[in-house]
This record gives sequence, C-alpha cells and structure tokens, in this order.
Amino acid sequence: MNKPREKWYRQNGAEGDVVISTRVRLARNLTGVPFPASMNPEQKQSVVEAVCAALQPVEETFQLADMGKLSPRDALSLVERHLISPEFARSGAGSALLLTEDEGTALMVNEEDHLRLQVMRPGLDLDGAYEQADRLDTVLDETLHFAFDQRLGYLTQCPTNLGTGMRASLMLHLPALQERGAIQQLAVTVSKLGLTIRGMYGEGTKPQGAIYQLSNQVTLGISEREAIDNLKGIAAQIIREERAGREQWKQNPHFEDMVWRSLGLLRTARLLTGDEFMALMSNLRVGVAMGVIPGIPLETAGALINDVQPATLMAAAGRDMEPAERDALRARIVRERLA
Amino acid sequence: MMCQNCGKNPATTHVKRTVNGKTAEWHLCAECAAKQGLENMFGGLGFELGDFWGSLFAEPSTREMADTLRCPGCGRRFQDIAQSGKVGCAQCYTTFYDRLLPSIQRIHGKTKHSGKVPASVPDTKAAAVPAVPAVGAVPSAPEEPAVPSPEQELKKLRAQLETCIQQQQYEQCAVLRDRIRELENGEAQNPKKGETNHE
Repeated sequence: MNKPREKWYRQNGAEGDVVISTRVRLARNLTGVPFPASMNPEQKQSVVEAVCAALQPVEETFQLADMGKLSPRDALSLVERHLISPEFARSGAGSALLLTEDEGTALMVNEEDHLRLQVMRPGLDLDGAYEQADRLDTVLDETLHFAFDQRLGYLTQCPTNLGTGMRASLMLHLPALQERGAIQQLAVTVSKLGLTIRGMYGEGTKPQGAIYQLSNQVTLGISEREAIDNLKGIAAQIIREERAGREQWKQNPHFEDMVWRSLGLLRTARLLTGDEFMALMSNLRVGVAMGVIPGIPLETAGALINDVQPATLMAAAGRDMEPAERDALRARIVRERLA
Repeated sequence: MMCQNCGKNPATTHVKRTVNGKTAEWHLCAECAAKQGLENMFGGLGFELGDFWGSLFAEPSTREMADTLRCPGCGRRFQDIAQSGKVGCAQCYTTFYDRLLPSIQRIHGKTKHSGKVPASVPDTKAAAVPAVPAVGAVPSAPEEPAVPSPEQELKKLRAQLETCIQQQQYEQCAVLRDRIRELENGEAQNPKKGETNHE
C-alpha cells in the first residue's frame, strides 16, 4: 500500500523560523464564457468539466470536491488551512475544488475567476512554487486557451488582477517586530513598494499569533519574475530585522520567562480559546526557533496551528460543536502533542 | 497608524476613493471597517481592493448614461460595469478598452502587460504598440492584428449578426445592428478619429 503523502503544512521549509509558508496563485479565465459573477449553472458546470478534462495530461492526481456539497465546517476548515479563499468557501453549487493529496496544489474553479491555480510550499520557496504553478498553467493553457490580451495580459474579472494575474505571498511569523510596534511602519513602507502586509486571514482581520501575510499588489506592467524578486528582496530584509529583533529580545530575562510560561500553560490548560492558543503558540514558536526550548520541532507548532482552528477541529471530529466543547478539545490535543 | 474613526485600534483597512478627480482616504480598524458594512459572514475575514473598484470611476456623464453600446460577449453596457464594479466577460476589456484604461492605470500605475505570454499567443513584443488605441473594439483573438481597421471590425460584426439571426438572439441582433450603423455612418466620415467610437 502506498504511504499517504505528507501534507505540505506539516513540513518545515527554508527560513522556517520566520517564513511559515509560500503561496503563488494565478488567476485565469476562459474566453467565450461570462465571468463567474454573470454565469448560469450550466455555464459553471461546463467550466468545471473543461478544467477537469484539461488536467488529463497532468501526472498528479487531483481530488474533486463540489463546493455545493461540502458542509460549511468542511469549507471553513479549508479556509483555515489557507487552501481556499473565504469567498470561495461560500460559493456553493457550481464551484469546485481540485486538490492534490499533499494539498500543495489547489485549483479553485468558478471562484472570482474561472480558475484560480494555487501552489503552496512550506517555508520560503517562491521560485519552487512559481515554477510549479507556471508548469501547470502552461499545460492547462494548451487545452483551455486562457483569455489574454497583448496589452492587458491575462484578463480577469477584477481589474486588480490584470496582467500576470499572479499573487505571490509569504506567511511570516513576526513576533519581535510586532512586540516593537514596527508592523504599522512596515505596512506603510511595503505599500510604497507595490506590496501589502496583512493579518493571517487577509485584510480587515486582526493579526493572530503575530502571523502576517506579505504579498505583491501590482500585477500589470511587472513580470512574474520581477514581482517575485521584489517580494524576495523585501522578505529578506524583513527576515533580517525580525531575527535581529529576536536576538535583542532574547537578552531580556522576560523573554525566556514568557516562552516557558507559555509552554507551561499549553501543556496544562484544560480549556484553550482560539485567541489564547494563538498568542501562547506564537510565544512558544519563537522560543523554539531561538533554541530556548529543546525537543519541540517547528513542524509541531506549524501542524498544531493548522489542526486546532475552530472549523478544522469540527471537521476532524465530523460534527459541529459549541465553543466550550471546542476549547476543551483544543486543549486536549495541544497537551497530547506537546507532552 | 491608528483608526481615524475610533482612534483606539491600529488601522488595518485602508480605503482610497477618487470621485471626479478628488481623492479621499480612510484608515480604519477592523471593527470600524465592519461597522461601515465592510464585514462578511466570516466576521471580517477580509474584503479586497476589488470591492471598491467600481468607485474608481467618475460618476458617469449623461452622455455615457445614454450610451447603448453593449459588449457582444455578455451584453453589458459600460455603466453596468461602472456601477457593479464587475467586468462581465473577457471581451468587455476589448469593447470598453478606452474607458476602462484610466481606472486600470489608477490601480496598477501602468497599462502595458509585462510577463508571461501564453504559447497560443504569437509573441509580438517586437511589434510597436500604437500610442493611441485606434478603433475602440480591439479583439483579443490572437490570430487577428492588434488594431483592426473599421472595415475589419464591420466584417466581424456582420458575421456575428448573421450568427445571431440564425440563433434567433434578437436582442443581441439589435445591439450589433446599432453598432454596425454607428460604424457605417459616423466613423466612415471621420475614420482617423476612431477613438471616439463609443461616444
């Protein structure tokens, strides 16, 4: 029997102390069919079928999920694991998700665009993620002939994605910069460079566990390579700043105390709310990364962050739960994994 | 930066709106953004810049409101796009290219694609790009030249009309007929000013 492939988010990648994961997403549309906001059910179905057929020459196996048949908790769990967008989770009938076994490649069909092709990798791996997305895009285009204009590039439902249609993002753990109050300044600076930094689940959300998303904003007039190099350069600078901040923070006796106290609470608590868990886990993660706490790999922290989000807890249990019940289950899983 | 509304929380939502050339900016925290109706069913799991795209257009003029040009691909008029903030189909970008361009420039700062070109599209990087887009409706179809002459446009529209008649799509027929008349009358007299097509 084949061993199931490890999920991408259970692995630790390059610069894993700061960069949790990399994502590259391409927006693509077909010609001759209205954009998803104006489509009827038959047109939606035909696009799903066309994408499935175009995937035939691709070696990897994709599992098809009909968004109309997915329970809200299963759909939200996919959002919590960053596999689909919140908008796609409520798209319902006519939309479909195609997902590889390691969940590293996801195709959202009939999201805001006909196709959102997304590749996710642990740690910092913009080149690897883009190459994979580019390869898949090239194969799919042979059959689907994506809507493209010489002047405007790939044509998308929302003009904010015109051009390359590419959004590359990095999920960063920035507790030291957050502690210093440097995030707002950082947000202003990166916005001048065509990038944006937001909370873990996107714009308008409070950052949880000091996790931030850094991504390119401009897609027209800048090539994929330029956008990725730009993002890489700025990420390298943020990583340096964060590491320097951590070294300085570590000199303060409160740092070691904070890390151990957090581990103590995580190992003993009987109830953990999502917010409390994320705050403690952020402290623990930076402690692990700084070598204060031996014996706990960064992968454990990463996997826990994914596994104990509210909808993911319920999806794994196969039933809905009240918040208090979730808090108890969350605390139990955390105790077991950190024992 | 703190929220301009409550002054208590850090601003995480930045809204920029330009109406008739006047730009106003707001910086709001998640709570205040939510109160402004910018929240969704996931409790503020995010709204995107695209949601505001429609507001990047100046208020349509009376002349524009009276414009009946519809996209042959999806039947939308320009004011439908401006009001909903949603482009109807890929062909809308060809049909309304001139009028979409200013807002595209405001979003990206640029208007010319640089980057991947699909293998199915001949690479015309070497070919000069006309500074002024001539006839408004430029096809995205790769086998056609970037800017068709009014004659080519007419030929294409007549072929589309033929198909529509056969398929009994009478509403679309009327749209195409009007467009053909426009080209035959107005623009035939003044072929060099093709960019005023839609107005």
